[in-house]
Amino acid sequence: MKSLQELEEIRKKTLESLYLRKDRAGTRIVVGMATCGIAAGARPVLLAFLEEIKKRNIKDVTVTQTGCIGVCRLEPMVEVYLPGQEKVTYVNMTPDKVARIVAQHIVNGQPVTEYTIGGQQKKND
Amino acid sequence: MELYRSHVLVCEGTGCHCSGSAEVIETFKEELKKNQLENEIKVVSTGCFGLCEIGPIVIVYPEGAFYSGVKKEDVPEIVSEHLLKGRLVKRLLYHDSISSADVVKSLDEVEFYKKQKRVTLRNCGVINPEKIEEYIAFDGYRALGKALTEMTPLEVIEVVKKSGLRGRGGAGFPTGRKWEFAHNAPGDKKYVCCNADEGDPGAFMDRSILEGDPHSVLEAMAIAGYAIGADQGYIYIRAEYPIAVKRLTIAIQQARELGLLGKNIFGTGFNFDIELRLGAGAFVCGEETALMSSIEGKRGEPRPRPPFPALKGVFGKPTLLNNVETYANIPQIILNGPEWFASIGTEKSKGTKVFALGGKINNTGLVEIAMGTTLREIIYEIGGGIPGGKKFKAAQTGGPSGGCIPAEHLDMPIDYDSLTEIGSMMGSGGMIVIDEDNCMVDIARFFLDFTVDESCGKCPPCRIGTKRMLEILERIIQGKGKEEDIDNLETLAKNIKASALCGLGQTAPNPVLSTLRYFRDEYLAHVRDKKCPAGVCQALLQYTIVKELCTGCTLCSKVCPVGAISGERKQPFTIDQDKCIKCGACMEKCRFKAIEKR
Repeated sequence: MKSLQELEEIRKKTLESLYLRKDRAGTRIVVGMATCGIAAGARPVLLAFLEEIKKRNIKDVTVTQTGCIGVCRLEPMVEVYLPGQEKVTYVNMTPDKVARIVAQHIVNGQPVTEYTIGGQQKKND
Repeated sequence: MELYRSHVLVCEGTGCHCSGSAEVIETFKEELKKNQLENEIKVVSTGCFGLCEIGPIVIVYPEGAFYSGVKKEDVPEIVSEHLLKGRLVKRLLYHDSISSADVVKSLDEVEFYKKQKRVTLRNCGVINPEKIEEYIAFDGYRALGKALTEMTPLEVIEVVKKSGLRGRGGAGFPTGRKWEFAHNAPGDKKYVCCNADEGDPGAFMDRSILEGDPHSVLEAMAIAGYAIGADQGYIYIRAEYPIAVKRLTIAIQQARELGLLGKNIFGTGFNFDIELRLGAGAFVCGEETALMSSIEGKRGEPRPRPPFPALKGVFGKPTLLNNVETYANIPQIILNGPEWFASIGTEKSKGTKVFALGGKINNTGLVEIAMGTTLREIIYEIGGGIPGGKKFKAAQTGGPSGGCIPAEHLDMPIDYDSLTEIGSMMGSGGMIVIDEDNCMVDIARFFLDFTVDESCGKCPPCRIGTKRMLEILERIIQGKGKEEDIDNLETLAKNIKASALCGLGQTAPNPVLSTLRYFRDEYLAHVRDKKCPAGVCQALLQYTIVKELCTGCTLCSKVCPVGAISGERKQPFTIDQDKCIKCGACMEKCRFKAIEKR
């Protein structure tokens, strides 16, 4: 170890992979993974979120799953909790939609309205 | 960067290891692979969470779900339910870890952790002790960096002095002053040593720190080396701690690879390296002069002091020797400042203390509390009380060198001075809870039996004196005691305390003296009435059959190995007291609770 900077670099780099264990603040992406969700293809969606977050090197985001969200016909469903904002629920998710949600919503805080439960309902009406 | 959506932390401390955590980890890895989750979920082996009673313990992040008593058969369910579908496996959750609304509580809200303050154990159960990067991520080695680049050795010593830290090995000598003595000692070669020869029966604080956070001790020793002017450290650890030895070996290796041990650390020209010395498990080697002689490769026997180790220690050179837990506090003190540390605890005892809770207690395990916490809080709130709602009789602290704290002192704040005042001692941190079913004479005999075994035999007061004390105690337990035996015990105890060579002998009579002080009536019952009030001492018991309850089923007479029970079928049986060897087999077999022991 030649310098404090070197130590600081290791610290920062490792801390990123450990934030899961420290606090439960930050953004949460929750994928519905009950039988209905899995059957509708929730796993590829979940993996796509992980992939996208890794690619963009975004910090303080946890991707987790939950049971049945309740509207099984709209699965796969994904809920996004941004700190200080109301929950946003995306429905009929596919891996292709993920990149846009991450860019527009997770990074810039603007929900992708047309993918949300409200937006989809409107389209169907 | 590796990105995982979930971390599964499995305790790999000795306690959980013995309950099968290694198999649990293996099964997790297999199951994750089977479900193709191995790139999403990481399995981490970590150090002690403290609740050893209900191990193996598994914590799943980000939820922080706290699973206890996990068997390898349970793993497929956790993987398929929790990790795949996101549903908690409720039957395995620790009962106090979810709220009434089935929401996972954070660990600080769990009753067991609520009253604790984890300073030295802060990384135990959080990091993987075999990865130096995880220690660094949680501010590891920053204290060493700060000391080397921003502070002079004298400033480091000043900070330690100001913090009020006292030796956690038991005696409670001010750590800063010890460092100062070693710093001021003349000599160009000095040593820093760590006493990891934890020998008290039932104590495992140091082991858990070394297993869960070995780098905190390495870092502190390097800081100590800088402060006193040493470039070589030794950790004296018993070979009976194989997991701790393995983790320390890995830790030293990794620290060397990153240049945090070795030459020219942080480019400051400071050199420091650490080697392990394995002890064979002799209790006396926890005594500082015996320990140093063992490090040198000689027989582990104490020698008179002075000269103190600070002047003449390992290989005759000035040596600083501290206990594991003492060192584990140092990096935090350097980083957070002495004022922070001094704000925890009582007036004369600063900081926290780790206790290994054992005996008659629900939450057997490891707890760290701020000094000044009361015994009642430790036993009833953190420890979860005594199994079966039994009555608390005493707590034994300080192991074979300590004494007992009776029920009347339950509300006394625990610190060095208050414990000494009531005839016990802080000791290294073993705390054995004793309830109404334990006999205090028998407890005293147990500890004395231990010291007699472990006496090195160099000085007669300890070698012969403790043996004589043990003989008297055994006589009392066998119902052959006389009243003057109690006075003889006291006289012997006082003489041994005054004349033994080292700490082992000087403190060996303590368990007898303190039980005599608070439970003299139990001793008297043994010698005068030939009764053991707690019903423990076999020789003083009588097994009798209650006529009204006996159905004459003949079962007891069949199991009696000496044929002491006789009677007619369907009539009450009787026990011949002259033949009875008091093995208790009849009592165990009787289905009608018709056999009593008194």
